[in-house]
Amino acid sequence: MTKRYTFRTLLLEIGLIAAAVAFLFPVYALLTMGFKDAAEIVTNPLGLPSTLNFDNFGRAIESARLIPATVNSLIITVASVGGLVLFGSLAGYVLARRATRMSYWAYMAMVAGIILPFQLAMIPLYRAMVVLELTGTHLGVILFYWGVHMPLTVFLYTGFVRALPDDYVGAALIDGANHWQAFWRVLFPLLRPVTGTVIILNVVSVWNDFFTPLLYLGNSGFETIPVRVYSFVNEYTSDYGLVAAGIILASLPVLVLFLLLQRYVIHGFASGLKG
Amino acid sequence: MTSSSTLESAAAPEVAAAPRVPSPRRRRPRIHTSPPWWFALPAFLMFAAIVAVPTFTGLGVAFTDWSGLGEIEHIVWFQNFIDVFSDKQALGSIRNTLLLTVVIVIVQNVIGLLLALGVHSRVKSRFALRTIFFAPMVVSAVMISFVWKYIYNPRPDAGINGVLGALGLDWLQQDWLGDPEMALWSIAIIVIWQAAGYSMVIFLAGLTGIPEELYEAAMVDGATPMQRFRHITIPQLAPAMTINVLLSLTGALTLFTQVLTTTGGGPGYATETLSTIIYKEAFIYGNFGYSAAIAVLLTIGVSIVAFTQLRIMRRREVD
Repeated sequence: MTKRYTFRTLLLEIGLIAAAVAFLFPVYALLTMGFKDAAEIVTNPLGLPSTLNFDNFGRAIESARLIPATVNSLIITVASVGGLVLFGSLAGYVLARRATRMSYWAYMAMVAGIILPFQLAMIPLYRAMVVLELTGTHLGVILFYWGVHMPLTVFLYTGFVRALPDDYVGAALIDGANHWQAFWRVLFPLLRPVTGTVIILNVVSVWNDFFTPLLYLGNSGFETIPVRVYSFVNEYTSDYGLVAAGIILASLPVLVLFLLLQRYVIHGFASGLKG
Repeated sequence: MTSSSTLESAAAPEVAAAPRVPSPRRRRPRIHTSPPWWFALPAFLMFAAIVAVPTFTGLGVAFTDWSGLGEIEHIVWFQNFIDVFSDKQALGSIRNTLLLTVVIVIVQNVIGLLLALGVHSRVKSRFALRTIFFAPMVVSAVMISFVWKYIYNPRPDAGINGVLGALGLDWLQQDWLGDPEMALWSIAIIVIWQAAGYSMVIFLAGLTGIPEELYEAAMVDGATPMQRFRHITIPQLAPAMTINVLLSLTGALTLFTQVLTTTGGGPGYATETLSTIIYKEAFIYGNFGYSAAIAVLLTIGVSIVAFTQLRIMRRREVD
């Protein structure tokens, strides 16, 4: 690693910035398109918009029904990730601390669940959801995420608890706490870094998931943002300006959140996946 | 020590007190630090109900001609699997999935590694660059795919074609998604564009974990930058490499959203993947049994690849 800013560092900087500019081209295309009217998109597809025209955004909010979709996405994401943290941390604690043959195999089953593609489970599960009348409900999708994201969540918690000394919980137990109290008052606060990682990883994948809500919530009135955008874009397929405005608006919440929390997001992703 | 032990001989209080009164040593409560097993119960019930049991049921469905409605009527044993190998569309999707996987895994990780090395340097804009490269990962693949669908439009003056024209590279202009020869690679570009920053972040985590002393020692010994990279950086990055390859591998093998939103599997069947075929066979054509059989093949494929890869990579990490 070079310590000083040399000529080679300058060349590297120029190269990386050039890469970033090329990398940002889709963002440029989307943003400029959102401000152009239909005629200008035809006559001036690549250039900057001639005027800052906010019509598309107003129309998109109305016709894309993004606000109810945002509420659905919020409900589903909060409940899913909350349950994953709650149940995943408890399971990780058990798997990290109980040295039995049973818990070893339970752990291996969970780890295998990280790799297992859900396509095979999807067919019977869909049928079960229909029979139990869980399709078209928030609960059905939340249950789905609890199961599907549990393996990675438990894996992360187990690894983290293993690296912690056992003394804290031991001390709480000697002081007369029961296991439940010891976990929530002593151990859980110590798990904060890995909880952050678990929250970030699961929020990003639940909030952005497309396939599950398409299957379970399509046409139910409870669509999440990605499903809403998918059907909106197919409805207004030739109105590029409107579609671009809808996509910009729908992506804004998660992008703003990312920019605010980006240090933690990047750190969380990295440390969580480092194993 | 309490009054009860004062009656006993001072030499052997524990032994003497044992029958009736707990000895001081035994009276101290024994702490069971291992938590009760039922703490893990909710998580395992969810895992069982949503992942484990349906996966085994799916395996069973693969041996039937179930339509997804009503009861399962016929067990057809291996007929679905035999059919896959005479079904051009299914075979094409296997081929497409494998091609996409090879290209995505290699290119995404090479770019991710190069970006990580770049933003790990003294470059002044490194924090801004990290944000820019990573940002696409937090946006839904649906939105990303629609943006790219516009960028890939066949007009010579818009999107990528427009940029190529402006740069004087007219001969590179394509009908990116409409040309069956090109469409698969166009989709690979979308995936790589979105996920390269993810690989970068994991490599970056690996790079920050390398102790500085290793480089200092190597420099004292007169190692060239290339030697330092080859003998320190690369081996130290092995764990990050394992995770990156595994993630990109399973992601590419199960690719769905980007295909459905850009080409829907077309033109013809040129971009159909295993996941889109599984979805269509089950939920559009109502062939649940056949769809499950393809899903079984996908699961076997992913498992073999993932476990082999883990084995190879773990061995390398130990060395």
